[in-house]
Amino acid sequence: MKTMSYEAVVIGASAGGVEALSKLLPLLHPRLPMPIIVVQHMSTRSDHYLTQYLDRICQLSVKEADEKEIISPGFIYFAPSNYHLLIEMDRTFSLAVDERVSFSRPSIDVLFETAADVYGRSLIGMILTGANSDGSRGIHKIKQYGGLAVVQDPLEAEIDKMPKSAIQSTEVDYILSLDKIGEFLNQFI
Amino acid sequence: MKGQCVDQQVENEEIEISLLLEAIYLKYGYDFRGYARAHIKRRIMHQMALADLSNLSELQHKILYDRGFFYKILPDFSINVTEMFRDPSFYMTLRREVIPILKKYPAIKIWHAGCSTGEEVYSMAILLQEEGVTDNVQIYATDFNEAVLAQAQQGIYPISSIKEYTYNYQRAGGSGSFADYYTSQIDSVKIDASLKKNIVFADHNLVTDGVFGEMNMIICRNVLIYFTRKLQNQVIGLFVDSLCPRGFLGLGSKETIRFCEHAHKFESIAEEEKIYRKLIK
Ligand SMILES: C[S@@+](CC[C@H](N)C(=O)[O-])C[C@H]1O[C@@H](n2cnc3c(N)ncnc32)[C@H](O)[C@@H]1O
Repeated sequence: MKTMSYEAVVIGASAGGVEALSKLLPLLHPRLPMPIIVVQHMSTRSDHYLTQYLDRICQLSVKEADEKEIISPGFIYFAPSNYHLLIEMDRTFSLAVDERVSFSRPSIDVLFETAADVYGRSLIGMILTGANSDGSRGIHKIKQYGGLAVVQDPLEAEIDKMPKSAIQSTEVDYILSLDKIGEFLNQFI
Repeated sequence: MKGQCVDQQVENEEIEISLLLEAIYLKYGYDFRGYARAHIKRRIMHQMALADLSNLSELQHKILYDRGFFYKILPDFSINVTEMFRDPSFYMTLRREVIPILKKYPAIKIWHAGCSTGEEVYSMAILLQEEGVTDNVQIYATDFNEAVLAQAQQGIYPISSIKEYTYNYQRAGGSGSFADYYTSQIDSVKIDASLKKNIVFADHNLVTDGVFGEMNMIICRNVLIYFTRKLQNQVIGLFVDSLCPRGFLGLGSKETIRFCEHAHKFESIAEEEKIYRKLIK
């Protein structure tokens, strides 16, 4: 496991995700060598509260992704609410206001599918708690392109539908609790 | 798939997409070459799947030889998602900071570039009316997608969106009753004709068409995010040339001119709302 090196981690979460991320992200070591990119489904009218809060409690810097921003280690990026977040070949972000995908904007599938194109087998995709099946197509593509798929243990997840749907869609590599996901990621420093 | 196959596939897809965009430009004059790639690729892959084609070369062939097919899928390359008073605080800031300045001018020209189905334009018309700017104002509303322009001109919107628009309107500082601006039909609403009298709708492509003279304010929201930095520079250059001295520029909430090569030609009026003003020199 440790011999493989990864360039980026993408995380998708929905219902119950704010609590899960508030638990997981502060565990991550500040010298983690790969950027973390997160889609958390939010109500459309939410503001920057979540990233500000997480930035206070995390060791890594947490911010909303800006369009054309260069993706760098040391940061946890969040898709802004009401925009899809895409990754370009030159490892910068794009934003889009396209229709909702699987009823969601931002959509986990959109992030994961574009990330798979860019990072291929050096990508880790993670699906956490949620009440829909967004992310299942994306995690499938990540696996298909040789990346690693990690899913939060449905037994631990506040809502198990999204993890379960991800597990059904593809052969995932690890099913872990949030604590274990933290440990798992920290081994890469 | 094995690692190398994947790399090869992604690399080939990139090449095929470049070729396809080149082909579309040469054949039909629509230039998507400077659009953000990840996005345009998603749209193309989506169309390829819908048309039941197995690779991009087949899609290119079909696009070149089947004109009807191209015009059928063209609208899918332009994302038309919009709403009335989208980002209410943007309109609130226009109302408070910008309109009072514009009001002092003898005549006002406003350009909505990439107006989509018109919701944004009618929002502006409502704002102007409430602020007492009804005469000597001309609004040019443009888009390169003729289908959405036709819808914009009609000003008919689904009744299901009215609740959200009313909420937006109120948060944008609306001083009247939103219901006064439309008449209800069965499952749609029709924008009041009085709002249309100062608006001209026109076909204009920001990538391939020219300057749109002497504007006091240009509103171009959620269009530039679809462009590469290079194309953004080009289009903002077009806006610089289309604005009169001290003219205003309003962008979408995730767009900024800060990193653009024309940034020094503007001052920021409200950075949070992405409202800028052209400097004299
Ligand atoms: C997402 S909509 C934004 C609508 C509205 N301005 C808003 O913010 O709600 C983007 C619009 O830009 C138009 N557009 C895209 N490329 C264009 C171009 N090259 N020239 C003119 N309009 C363009 C699309 O047709 C679409 O209607």
